[in-house]
Amino acid sequence: MAEKTMRDAINEALHQAMAADESVFVIGEDVAGCNGSPSGKVGEVGGVFGVTSGLYKAFGPNRCIDTPISESAIVGAAAGAALVGMRPVAEIMFADFIGVCMDQIVNQMGKFRYMFGGKSKCPAVIRFASGGGFSAAGQHSQAMYQVMTSFPGLKVVVPSNAYDAKGLLLQAIQDDDPVLFFEPKVLYQEACEVPDEMYTIPFGEAAFVREGDDCTVVAFGQMVPRAAQAIDALEAEGISCDLIDPRTTSPLDTDAILESVEATGRLVVVDEAPPRCGLTADIAGLAADRAFKSLKGPIKQVSAPHSPTPFSPELEAAYIPDAAKIMAAIKETMA
Amino acid sequence: MSLNKEGLLRAYRQMKTIREFEDRTHVEIMNGQIAGFTHLYTGQEANAVGVCEHLDDEDTIISTHRGHGHCIAKGADVIGMMAELFGSSEGLCKGKGGSMHVADVEKGILGANGIVAGGPPISVGAALAAKIRDNGRVAISFSGDGSVNQGTCFEAMNLAVVLKVPAVFVIENNYYSEHTNIDYAVGCDDLKARTEGFGFPVFVADGSDFFSVYEAAAKAIAHAREGTGPAGIFAEQGRFHGHFVGDPEHYRADGEINDLRENACCLKNFRARMAETGELSEAELDAVDSEVMALIEEAVSGAKAAARPTPEQVTEDVYINYGAA
Ligand SMILES: Cc1ncc(C[n+]2csc(CCOP(=O)(O)OP(=O)(O)O)c2C)c(N)n1
Repeated sequence: MAEKTMRDAINEALHQAMAADESVFVIGEDVAGCNGSPSGKVGEVGGVFGVTSGLYKAFGPNRCIDTPISESAIVGAAAGAALVGMRPVAEIMFADFIGVCMDQIVNQMGKFRYMFGGKSKCPAVIRFASGGGFSAAGQHSQAMYQVMTSFPGLKVVVPSNAYDAKGLLLQAIQDDDPVLFFEPKVLYQEACEVPDEMYTIPFGEAAFVREGDDCTVVAFGQMVPRAAQAIDALEAEGISCDLIDPRTTSPLDTDAILESVEATGRLVVVDEAPPRCGLTADIAGLAADRAFKSLKGPIKQVSAPHSPTPFSPELEAAYIPDAAKIMAAIKETMA
Repeated sequence: MSLNKEGLLRAYRQMKTIREFEDRTHVEIMNGQIAGFTHLYTGQEANAVGVCEHLDDEDTIISTHRGHGHCIAKGADVIGMMAELFGSSEGLCKGKGGSMHVADVEKGILGANGIVAGGPPISVGAALAAKIRDNGRVAISFSGDGSVNQGTCFEAMNLAVVLKVPAVFVIENNYYSEHTNIDYAVGCDDLKARTEGFGFPVFVADGSDFFSVYEAAAKAIAHAREGTGPAGIFAEQGRFHGHFVGDPEHYRADGEINDLRENACCLKNFRARMAETGELSEAELDAVDSEVMALIEEAVSGAKAAARPTPEQVTEDVYINYGAA
C-alpha cells in the first residue's frame, strides 16, 4: 500500500467523492485559486494548504468554486445547497474564522433538522485547518473543535493521521448530517499507508492506537502522535498504556473510553485547546461519573493553559502539550 | 496642498523605513530567523504614510494582516517591532502577537489584525468615542480589497453613517486577496460606487504617488473631522511581494512585478517629483536613506540580541486581574 500524506489523502478523498457523486462540490476561498488573475492559471492553487489541488481542473468551475472573503456566505451557501439535496464540502481556511460565521454554523446549519421536526437533512461538510504549531499566533492557531462539540446537531471530526482522514472525510461526505471536519494543520505533511480505493470509517468509533494495561490515555488530533511518543518512551520503564483516539468528538465513543478505564483504572486526557469547558474536562467528567469505582489514581488532564495561543516559537512550544508533559501526567496518576 | 521641507523629509523617511523594514524582514525570514506567517507591505508604503501624516497620537488606526507599514507610518517603535517579529519578550507585544498583531495603543495603533475585516467595526467604536467626547479625533481603518466583501465591513460602514461618526475607511486595492483577483471577487464593476452607496464620500488615490494619497486623505479626514459622518479612501497600488512570504504567486502576469517596481514605486516617484520641483536635493534624500539603513540594522541586531521569552510568560497578560486566583 502506498504511503500518502494527510494532505494527499484528503485530496484523494475529495477527488473520489466528486467523481462518484455529482451532488458533491467544493466551495471556499482560493479552493481553485487565480480566478480573475492576469496569469490565467485558474485552479493552480487548490487552497492555501494545497488540499483541494487539482479539483478545479478535474471538475470545473461549477464544482470547485472560489469565493470572496465571506465566511458567513460560504457556510450559509453550503447549508442552503445541502438543504435542497446537494453535498457541499466547504472550506473555511483557518478554524479560527468560525468567529466570523458562527451563526450560520451553530444557529442555522446545526439546528435545521431539529427545529424542522426532523423533516429535513443538511449533508454539508465544512473543512478547517485547525490547531497550533506554526507560530501563527492568537487568531490562526486555535483548535475550535472542542467548542463546536458542545453544540447538538453538529458532528465533529478530528483526524490524527492520513488513513483516518481519508476514511472519515468520505464518511462525512456521505453522512446526512452537517459535519465539521478539523484537520490539524501540523499533520498535513505526515504520511502513512493509505489505500487507493474509497473506504469509510464510521463516526463514533474510536481507534486504539496503543494497547496496554496500566493507564488509559485519550488524545485528539495532533496530540495523538505526541501521546504515542510518550507511551512508547514509558515502555522502557515498564509502563504500558491504552491510547484511544476518538476520531470524532461528536458522536463520542464513550463505550471504548469507559471500557478501557475500567480495565486500566487510570485516565489521562490530552488536548491542545485551553482547559476550561473543554474535551479533557468533558471526558474526565464522564469517567468520574461512570467509572469512578474502577479508578486507582487521579484523572489527569493535559491541555494548553488558559490563555490565547502565543506567537513566539518558545512560548508556543511551552503552550501546546508535548510528550514530556503527557509522560509526567501518566506517571502522576500511576504514583 | 503643500508640505514644508520638514514634512517632505519626514514623509520620505517613513516610506523608506517601511521599505527597508520589509525588505530586511524578507531576508530574515529566508534566513530562518522569523517564524509564523508574514505578509509584506512593500510597494504600498505611500498608502500608509499618505494617510498617517495627517494624524497624531490621539487619532487611531486599525490595521490588517499586512500591517507593518501602517504601524510604522503611525509612529510605532521600529526597533520594538523588529524584536516582536523575532518573537522576543522585548518586542512591542512581548512576543505574544508577532507580525500579524503588532499594536501600540499609546501611539493610537489599535493593532494589526489577522481577521480580514475584523478591523472596520472596531474602528467605528473608536470613532464613536471621538464623537461622544467631541474631541475632534478621527479613527482610520485600513483594509484590503478582499475585506470589502466581508459582512463586517458592510456593517461597519453602515453603522458609521447611521451614527455619523468620524471614521475613515481606507480600502487598499492591491488587486488580489491571496490568490484571487478583485475582478472575480467583487461582483459589481464599480467598487467606489458600491461603497458610496453606504452614504459617504469616497476619495480615490494613486497609491504609487504619495501626494495623491496625501491629498485624498486630507479631504477624507477633513470630512470626518467636520463631524457629519464617515468618509472613504480608495488607494490603488500593487504589492511587490507575494501574499505571504513563500507564496509561489501563480496569479501574477508575466513581468507584473518588474513593471510595478519600475513604474509604480512610490520611492522612485517621490524622488522624481523632488528632482522636478527642487524642494529636496538628492543629497538630502540620500542622507535619509543612510539614516534609515542604520536604523534597520540597529533593529535587526537588537532583535537578535534581545531576550527570549520564558515559559512562565505564556499565561501573563491574559487578564489584568482575574478575581481571587
Ligand atoms: C476572516 C478571514 N478570512 C480569511 C482569512 C485568510 N486571509 C488572510 S489575508 C487574506 C486576503 C486578504 O486580501 P485583502 O483584504 O485584499 O488584503 P491584501 O492581502 O491584499 O493586503 C485572506 C483570505 C483571514 N485572515 N480572515
